[in-house]
Amino acid sequence: MSAAISTEVSAQDATQPQPRPPLLNGLRLSDLRLSAVLAPLAVGAAFLGGWQLAVDGLGIDPYIVPAPSAIWDQLVAARSNIVDGMVVTGRNALLGMLLGGLVGVLGAVVSSMVKVVDQMAVPIVAALSVVPIVALAPVLYTMFGAAVDTGRIVVAALAVSIPVYLNTLRGLRQVSAVHRELMWAYAATPTQVVRTVTLPTATPYVFTGLRIASSLAVISALIAEYFGGPVGGLGKAITSAASSSNYPLAWAYVTGSIVLGLAFYVVTLLVELWFARHAPRT
Amino acid sequence: MTSSKQTTGETTPGTTSRDTSAQAQAIDVVGVDRVFRRRRDEVVALQDVTVSVAPGEFVSLIGPSGCGKSTLLRLVADLDTPTSGSVTVFGKSARQARRDQDYGIAFQQAGLLPWRTVASNIELPLKLHGVGASERRARSCELLELVGLQDFGRHHPDQLSGGMQQRVAIARALAERPRLLLMDEPFGALDEITRERMQNELVRICRETSAAVLFVTHSIPEAVFLSDRVVVMSPRPGRIVEIVPAGGGMGTSHERTDEVRDAAEFFHTVATVREHLHGAPVVGARAVENR
Repeated sequence: MSAAISTEVSAQDATQPQPRPPLLNGLRLSDLRLSAVLAPLAVGAAFLGGWQLAVDGLGIDPYIVPAPSAIWDQLVAARSNIVDGMVVTGRNALLGMLLGGLVGVLGAVVSSMVKVVDQMAVPIVAALSVVPIVALAPVLYTMFGAAVDTGRIVVAALAVSIPVYLNTLRGLRQVSAVHRELMWAYAATPTQVVRTVTLPTATPYVFTGLRIASSLAVISALIAEYFGGPVGGLGKAITSAASSSNYPLAWAYVTGSIVLGLAFYVVTLLVELWFARHAPRT
Repeated sequence: MTSSKQTTGETTPGTTSRDTSAQAQAIDVVGVDRVFRRRRDEVVALQDVTVSVAPGEFVSLIGPSGCGKSTLLRLVADLDTPTSGSVTVFGKSARQARRDQDYGIAFQQAGLLPWRTVASNIELPLKLHGVGASERRARSCELLELVGLQDFGRHHPDQLSGGMQQRVAIARALAERPRLLLMDEPFGALDEITRERMQNELVRICRETSAAVLFVTHSIPEAVFLSDRVVVMSPRPGRIVEIVPAGGGMGTSHERTDEVRDAAEFFHTVATVREHLHGAPVVGARAVENR
């Protein structure tokens, strides 16, 4: 600690930008207004109306694209099945997110403390982030057994851990020089420094990682179902409805998975904004 | 060569009353060099610097960028260690003084923790050193009043202006009633009007707490207005050119009011400091350098 500080030439090095969560361009919880929601809703309604008119007017067959009204009918008729599917897939995605989040955060903490681990992790993380992780699903079914959801949870966890790891690691390195020197001036113990400055600085970054990972978790958990494993989830339901030529039902399940993905995203976004609510504006 | 350097123990009109006791100096810097080595480059940030600050005395360091004034303050704060020479704070090594929390420090950036409220930012050093919650609360209330922010304790730093944030930082520096305050251009980022108001408040705070202050600035009027003595420094290598007493008609650093800003003695001292900063009569050996 003291060596790191004394190699700095002057206090001018302290003029770093304050910690700020990336990618949100200064969006804040208090900026969210009804008008911000109404405009996209209007666009969505117009899109659905155009879709309905096109299917009706051009006489498009349901196997190409079913009309929104037909999808809605199936959505209402099969709602309990769809909700059940959302629960099964959502549970896999959520467990995967918690597991992957934990692995990502712990890995980042270790990498931030041990330089060798950080350097060793770089190629592994780079490889993992370009590999289509769902492709591992069949292998994992063999590994953990095709009658349980474990393989799906592991797939989601792997997909989640990468963005969480990268963002947390970045967050842990954002401690500003002035905060570091302040802690040194207070003769704070290493544990106190971590608790008082390092972790609070990194927290918004962890949730940025989780927000990015949230849609990955749902996608991975759902696509993993395409490759086998127990029935009941949305992915299985989509494939079986499509293979029995019930296209509006398949689309109804797709709608369910869109809602599930959005729910994950919105919840993690709100949590992120909550943790970033006092970050200085830039 | 550096014949103009004053002896450190010399009393000035502003400090006479405080130098009588035999207690240790608040800061005693003797023969300090600080050389930064980066690969083959050597930068002499400080060369043979000797200066001291008496208890309750206000001393400013002034000089152009790169003259090592911030480095000198960082040595006193034990944020850096001298290459040679000694730095003692209240008779102890700088490291021991830091461990004993003998000083409070404020930087150019307020450096508040954005996720904590103003009150809990002020309480931070107390909390780190195990002071109980009720005592912390009482102390932060006191300090908020001292810096005129009693209605802002529950705000977060992002809701405060730059000047208010800086006042919170000063309150935080005072939290443990230090007998020594180290301030590194604390008003550097403020506009002129806020700056003068903050200077007046600092005079009042120093009077009420009777803490010694080492104050880094690059504003000549600011240094003269606030200080008992102004240490003028020059760059490459960083060394002390002259120590200018700022007292006489202006009174001690605790007696300054806005009227001092219009006093003849004030302008005279500003002119003296400026002369030394621009350095014509100081460099005896290089006096032949005329174009």
